[in-house]
Amino acid sequence: MASTLRVELVAADKAVWSGEAKLVIAKTVEGEIGLMPGHEPMLAILGSGEVRITLPEGEKLVANAEDGFLSVEHDVVTIVARHAELV
Amino acid sequence: MGAQLRVYRQKIKSAQTTKKITRAMELISASRIAKAQARVAAATPYSRAVTRAVSAVATYSNVKHPLTTEPEKITRAAIVVFTSDRGLAGAFSSSVLKESEALTNKLQAEGKEIDYYLVGRKAVSFFNFRRREAQQSWIGGTDLPVFDTAKAIADTVLAAFGEEGVQEIHLVFNRFVSMISQVPEVVRLLPLEVVEGVEAPTSDEVFPLYEFEPDVNKVLDALLPVYIESRIFNAMLQSAASEHAARQKAMKSATDNADKLIKNYTRLSNAARQSEITQQISEIVGGADALVTADKDA
Repeated sequence: MASTLRVELVAADKAVWSGEAKLVIAKTVEGEIGLMPGHEPMLAILGSGEVRITLPEGEKLVANAEDGFLSVEHDVVTIVARHAELV
Repeated sequence: MGAQLRVYRQKIKSAQTTKKITRAMELISASRIAKAQARVAAATPYSRAVTRAVSAVATYSNVKHPLTTEPEKITRAAIVVFTSDRGLAGAFSSSVLKESEALTNKLQAEGKEIDYYLVGRKAVSFFNFRRREAQQSWIGGTDLPVFDTAKAIADTVLAAFGEEGVQEIHLVFNRFVSMISQVPEVVRLLPLEVVEGVEAPTSDEVFPLYEFEPDVNKVLDALLPVYIESRIFNAMLQSAASEHAARQKAMKSATDNADKLIKNYTRLSNAARQSEITQQISEIVGGADALVTADKDA
C-alpha cells in the first residue's frame, strides 16, 4: 500500500495545486469525508466549502473549492471544481 | 511626369498602404497566439480530469443513463460549428464549414435530420447566404472565448438532447496542432464515447468497487453537464488559438505579397522614368541636330 496520496486540485481555467499528501478532507454534498491512502475508488459531488490537505511532513493546506466533484482511484485524488483557489 | 509613371506610383502607394494594415494584423495575431495557447494549456488539466472521471463512471458502472447509452434509433442529430467572427484568416472558417458539410452529407445519408448550432459570425453569414435554418447562434468573442459562452452553448444543446429532440451531438472545430498547422476536427460529444485514460474491464474481470456519493445517477447527472461544458470550452479555446495562428499566417503571406508587388512596380516605374528621360534626350538631340542642318543649308 502506498503511503501517500497524489492530489490534484484543478479549476476550470487552471491547475491550482498538485502534490503528495497523507490526508485529504473535503466536503461532499453528503457531508465531510476524509481520504487516506488505500481508500476505495470513489466519485463524489462536492459541496461548496474547504478542502483541507495534510502534507506528508504534517503541514496543512487549505483551499476553497466550489461546484465540482472529487474522484479517488489508486491513491490518486482529483478534486475538480469550476472555481477553486488556495487560501 | 508621364502617364505611365503616374499609374505605377499610384499602385506602389496603394500596395504600401495595404502592407501597413496586413503587417499590423500579423503582429497583433502573433502576440495573441501565445496567450491563446496558454489558455488552452491552462484549461487542459480540468478537461482531462473531467474526461477521466466520466470514463471511470461509464466503464465501471453498468447503470443505464440516457446520456451514456446509445439510443436504438437516431432520427435527429445536432452539429455545433465553431468558426470565427472575422475573416482575413485564410481558410480558417471555410475549412470548418467544409468539414461540417461533409458531416452533414454523411449523416443525411444515414437518414438523420440535422439541427445546427453556430458559433461565430462567419458560420452565421454562411447559413444566411444559403437561406438555411440554424437553431441558435452565438456571435462575438470567438477570439477570446469565455467560460460563460461555453456554458450557454452546453445548456442549449443539452436541453435539445433527448427522445424528442436530437439524439446525437457533434462538434466541428479547428484543432490547434502547431503555429503552421490547424486541422478541422469532428468530435461526437453525445452519446458518450470516452475511453481516454481508463481501460475497459474485460468481462471476466471483477469490477473494482466504485463508490458513488450520493448515488450513481446523481453523480452522472452532475458530471455530464460539466463534461459537455469542458469539451465545448476546450473546442472554443482550440478554435481561438487556431484562428490567431491562421490569421497570422494569412497576413504574413499578404505582407510578403505586398512587398513583392512594391518591388515589381518600383522596377517598372524606374524603367518608365528612364525611357521617358531617354525619349526627352533623343528629342533634344534630334532638335539640335535639325537646327544645325538648317543652319548649314542656309
